[in-house]
Amino acid sequence: MSSTVYIAGLGVISGIGNNVAEHLSSFAREEAGMADITLFNTIHKGQLPVAEVKLSHDELIAISGLPEQTSRTTLLSYMAAKEALDDAAIPDIKSFRTGFISANTVGGMDKSEDFFAEFLADNNKGKLRNIFDHECGSMTEIVADKLDIKGFVSTISTACSSSANSIFFAARLIKNGLLDVAVAGGTDSLTKFTLNGFNTLMIVDKEFCKPFDENREGLNLGEGAGYVVLVSDKVAKTLSKAPYCTISGYNNSNDAYHQTASSPDGTGSYLAMQGALKKAGLKPSDINYINLHGTGTPNNDSAEGTAVKRLFDPTYPPMSSTKSFTGHTLGASGGIEAVFSVLAIKHGIIYPNLRFETRMEELPFEPVKHFRSGQYIKHVMSNSFGFGGNCTSLIFSAT
Amino acid sequence: MDQVVEYDGTRLPVIEPDYKEYIDLKLIRRMSSVIKRGVAAAKQCLTDAGIEMPDAVITGTALGCLEDTVTFLTRMIELNEEMLPPTAFIQSTHNTVAAQIALMLQCHGYNSTFVHKGISFESALLDALMLLNEKEANNVLVGGTEETVDASFKVLTRLGLYRRQPVSNLALFETEAKGTINGEGSAFFLLTDKPSPANLAELTGIKIFYQSDNIEQDIIDFLKEYSLKPEDIDLLITGRNGDIKNDAVYKQLGSSIFESNATANYKHLCGEYPVSTSFALWLASNILKREKVPSVIFERKTNGDIPKKILIYNHYFNKYHSLMLLSAI
Repeated sequence: MSSTVYIAGLGVISGIGNNVAEHLSSFAREEAGMADITLFNTIHKGQLPVAEVKLSHDELIAISGLPEQTSRTTLLSYMAAKEALDDAAIPDIKSFRTGFISANTVGGMDKSEDFFAEFLADNNKGKLRNIFDHECGSMTEIVADKLDIKGFVSTISTACSSSANSIFFAARLIKNGLLDVAVAGGTDSLTKFTLNGFNTLMIVDKEFCKPFDENREGLNLGEGAGYVVLVSDKVAKTLSKAPYCTISGYNNSNDAYHQTASSPDGTGSYLAMQGALKKAGLKPSDINYINLHGTGTPNNDSAEGTAVKRLFDPTYPPMSSTKSFTGHTLGASGGIEAVFSVLAIKHGIIYPNLRFETRMEELPFEPVKHFRSGQYIKHVMSNSFGFGGNCTSLIFSAT
Repeated sequence: MDQVVEYDGTRLPVIEPDYKEYIDLKLIRRMSSVIKRGVAAAKQCLTDAGIEMPDAVITGTALGCLEDTVTFLTRMIELNEEMLPPTAFIQSTHNTVAAQIALMLQCHGYNSTFVHKGISFESALLDALMLLNEKEANNVLVGGTEETVDASFKVLTRLGLYRRQPVSNLALFETEAKGTINGEGSAFFLLTDKPSPANLAELTGIKIFYQSDNIEQDIIDFLKEYSLKPEDIDLLITGRNGDIKNDAVYKQLGSSIFESNATANYKHLCGEYPVSTSFALWLASNILKREKVPSVIFERKTNGDIPKKILIYNHYFNKYHSLMLLSAI
């Protein structure tokens, strides 16, 4: 049993960068990743901005050395997970029980939706290599094999909180003495399926999204992957560089209100944040930065904002939604934002909530508008909420 | 357990209950098969356990809500992305069953869904055991759900997973051939940390292996953690599915470390699907409670007494292996 679980490595890829260093630079330049769709043909091209990773399929195949039929979901996962594992540089990793816990929402749908178009016309048509091994678990398995991780391999899918839950689960596997090291996070690539799905719900903004703004009109979809390397205290002692921080709190609560909509008072979000604080043994005033779920939809930001108000009033820590840079990366967002949260502690930075203009009427606070460095940041809360009422909050703390 | 149904073909359908007994009529109409079955199985499980509100809900499903996924994909293509109704999309996420259970129960507790191939259910079970171990929960509702749709059956048939000729499920093990039969289903369990004579069985241990180099040794080591040897297992339930390649491992074990044990199979009753081990766990728990082994599952009978220790061993394409050890109360 390990009483403390440390974060020893980070890896991230999204619309604003292919690695940690590029992300830090995009944040400092306050440069968002949204642009026109280039990845696939859709009637929404030129209409709905998305935050694509700036690497083509061919480039990702060339870098990773994975086979041609590999889903973009897997390729993005590999890029970030590899960066995280290399960053952790755990000496003699073979001597430890290492697991890979990943998350995604639609597996290899980028390939499956192409297969399905041919299959629908004729059930005996469609290239099987575009559907075989494109389920959610396969995305994880291929990357685990490539990273030579065998200790434990599994996948979580709880919609937009998926990868926050995989980090949470990984931390518990270490605490329960079942693993020494875990690479955990999640991945999702842009697909026609999800773009059209969110569009039917009428929650996609035709302009760049404005999270927590009174005049917000919805989210922009993004893609990417984010992973952290979690280690036990035994492994932490063997590291050649100090771990970034610890994962001190986590909670998963269900809103139990509606399949897609959040309850008006943000019950699930409130319970998740409150539970994570309790687990970490912290008070709301101990939190130095909140990385909000902040999708930019009227419903999410109102519910999350109300929950923040209920828990933090009257003193609010700085907070922002980095989805104003990366778009909403769905199953990857919890992992990506966990990486951002850890970097906030490491570098003493707070990310801006781009394009924020007008404070929401019902809220007495507003997000941070510009990049800040030189901040004292000891405890960061990261929120991830999803369809099905799945609400998860994580807390990272300086050692 | 006493009413065995025989089918001829390569696809075993679910025997549907009367969903009105479990779910509001208005809701039933909007629910896909996997959601209805999952919610109904969960409700029946809670009723049987006498628990109204579990502390956590955890499900396992490899392929999730296929019916809604296929519906949305089909409409997206046929309607050329225009004027799509959202219902199929919002119900297509893999966590829909766990979410609908939470919604119906108004359960705000821990809620998660594992989607990892042939160990989706075992991952959920492991998570549940950890929650009990951490004292984060006293009662955890855990289930495995999977649905087959025409499209998935067709694709898996084209991939060569099933027998080429129709076969009686009850005669599945009589011929050695390539391929198995497809199945689907939902099974839920209420895990409690409270010992009680009313409990069905004790889930003594569970272990998941990825790429085992030596499964015999792994099984021996697992049993050793509970001070047991292979010969102490009164009944071994294996994941034999009628496919010659799949079954080789079980055959090998049956003539080595488990050469003298009573052995049983279950996939001729439920078919092959990624969370079929949830059916096996249901079967094993009921065997221990009822103190009776249905004759239809035996591969090898012994003159032993009523089983007290059951080991379920399943592998998924020889890549994932899982062990579940159960003990009589």
